[in-house]
Amino acid sequence: MSLTTLRIGFLPLVDSAILVAAHAFGFAEAEGLHLELSREASWANIRDKLVYRHFDAAHMLAGLPIAATLGLSRAPTPVIAPFCLGLNGNAITLVRSLAVDLEAQLGGRVDLADARSTALALAALIKTRRAAGLAPLRLGVPHRFSSHNYILRYWLAFAGIDPERDVQLVIVPPPLIVDAMAAGEILGFCVGEPWSSVAVETGVGDIVALGCRIWQRGVEKVLGMRSDWAQANPETLAALLRALDRAARWAGDAENRTALATALARPEYVGGSPGLIARVLSGRLQVSATSEFDAPDFLMLYRDAANFPWVSQAQWLYSQMLRWGQAPAGAAAEAAVRSVFRPDLYRRALAGSGTPLPGANAKVEGALATPLAVGSTRGRLSIGPDRFFDGRHFDPDRLGAYLQGFDTTLK
Amino acid sequence: MTAKPLRIAIIDESPARAAVLEDGLREAGLTDIHLITERFQLLRQVADIAPDVVLIDLESPRRDVLDEMFAVSRAVARPIAMFVDQSDASMMEAAIDAGVSAYVVDGLRKERIKAVLDLSIARFNAFRRLQDELHEARSALADRKVIDRAKVIVMKQRGLDEDAAYALLRSAAMQQSRRIAEIATALVTAESLLGPGTTA
Repeated sequence: MSLTTLRIGFLPLVDSAILVAAHAFGFAEAEGLHLELSREASWANIRDKLVYRHFDAAHMLAGLPIAATLGLSRAPTPVIAPFCLGLNGNAITLVRSLAVDLEAQLGGRVDLADARSTALALAALIKTRRAAGLAPLRLGVPHRFSSHNYILRYWLAFAGIDPERDVQLVIVPPPLIVDAMAAGEILGFCVGEPWSSVAVETGVGDIVALGCRIWQRGVEKVLGMRSDWAQANPETLAALLRALDRAARWAGDAENRTALATALARPEYVGGSPGLIARVLSGRLQVSATSEFDAPDFLMLYRDAANFPWVSQAQWLYSQMLRWGQAPAGAAAEAAVRSVFRPDLYRRALAGSGTPLPGANAKVEGALATPLAVGSTRGRLSIGPDRFFDGRHFDPDRLGAYLQGFDTTLK
Repeated sequence: MTAKPLRIAIIDESPARAAVLEDGLREAGLTDIHLITERFQLLRQVADIAPDVVLIDLESPRRDVLDEMFAVSRAVARPIAMFVDQSDASMMEAAIDAGVSAYVVDGLRKERIKAVLDLSIARFNAFRRLQDELHEARSALADRKVIDRAKVIVMKQRGLDEDAAYALLRSAAMQQSRRIAEIATALVTAESLLGPGTTA
């Protein structure tokens, strides 16, 4: 049987795991596909190579297909996301000296389970710094449309820290982010793994907050592709989604963690230490030189419908783009956003698989405090708690009211 | 009236390629060239230079930083726009193939930019050919080294002379439809794992 070749771009991050598993462990071949994975250095490359058809599909920040479709930084190109490459996986890390101040502010220790107290303590530190005439803290995020940017802003703004005024947010590429902290260029960052763990391991910084404790089921990376490519290649697309579904199920199984970490550590994929990557995959994180924190939801590759592209998650990202003045408001933009995540393509491809398929396309994000069995077209499906740390709910049908509820929204 | 000479900034992870590119631009009469070598403070460096054109290699993670600059162009004195728009798809593709990208200030005449980008594409392609040749030369040398080591092992174990040892390796390679260097590598690896005298 001859294989269909697909060119897929990715960035060397732990959350490329499903693509790597599909490539390295035969899941793609089993569906008649040969994946040509291209390791890229920037999200700008990913976007350009996808738009100019050098890639058929790519590992993308979930905000990128939305930004491309809306034309936020280039001419509009419809890009869709029929599959999420996982949920969560981010951490907020502060340079050691600042983490020590934060510990003191919190009476001796940072509790990773309590993102509220940590945010408020950081706000108090920022006030003290300002009173002492110090420059605003400079914090790094990988990209303006990344969930890291939105999650960090969401967390800061909860404590009354205006991300545009009280701190200085700068774009720092993940491979340079630990060095930038070591060089004093930035004093904190929010980024995907392995970079926070590398900062801890090298003694440069401490992890002070986890994405999964700010939003328990946060959308992160997706498989993105041009809409016209998906239309022209429906069978190939379905085969790819089946391969990724199998790869995700395998990758999400703790029994395969060592094999997956060993593969990811190879230089052609992510590179780095297999031990460190295995720890990240397990969610048992080294958060400082002396402490660990166990966060089973830290990076979710399969369970709880982690790969299902909830339209409401794209709408939440869009709400944050509106909140921070990145995207235009209006019915046309809202309709375009609703067309980006494609649960219909996900369901069609996986109708014959063992993976339970949610019956709905959208949900009220943040409403679940405990696991809930949900309507599913086949199989038993429960989705886990998806709370935001400030207790807000995001109802995609009430976007305006949601945005009016934030008092730090820029006027 | 002649146009003001273009001021060009180059960001390249490879200093050798940056030099090749700079050389080519100078030959073409473009002399106002600035290499950006510091890893951080990219925004400030670009703002200080105030270039008309920024050339950046696609292997640089700092492309996302430049992109951000483009997104918030109020951060620099003159707005920077990605040169190649949708109407220039073929040039964009050639640039992607070559591994280079360009950002330019708004309002420059397209022909002037096109000349710079054409030249960059040509230099990037030439540099890659050179690298490929170098890589081939290196791997040929590595092949010869490993084959020599394998020959010594066969000579010792089998008491053969050099020509006979080589003939044996070659026939093994032919039987298995593999390269001699692969057979030699397997033999040398086995020897190093199992110790001398166990591989025969």
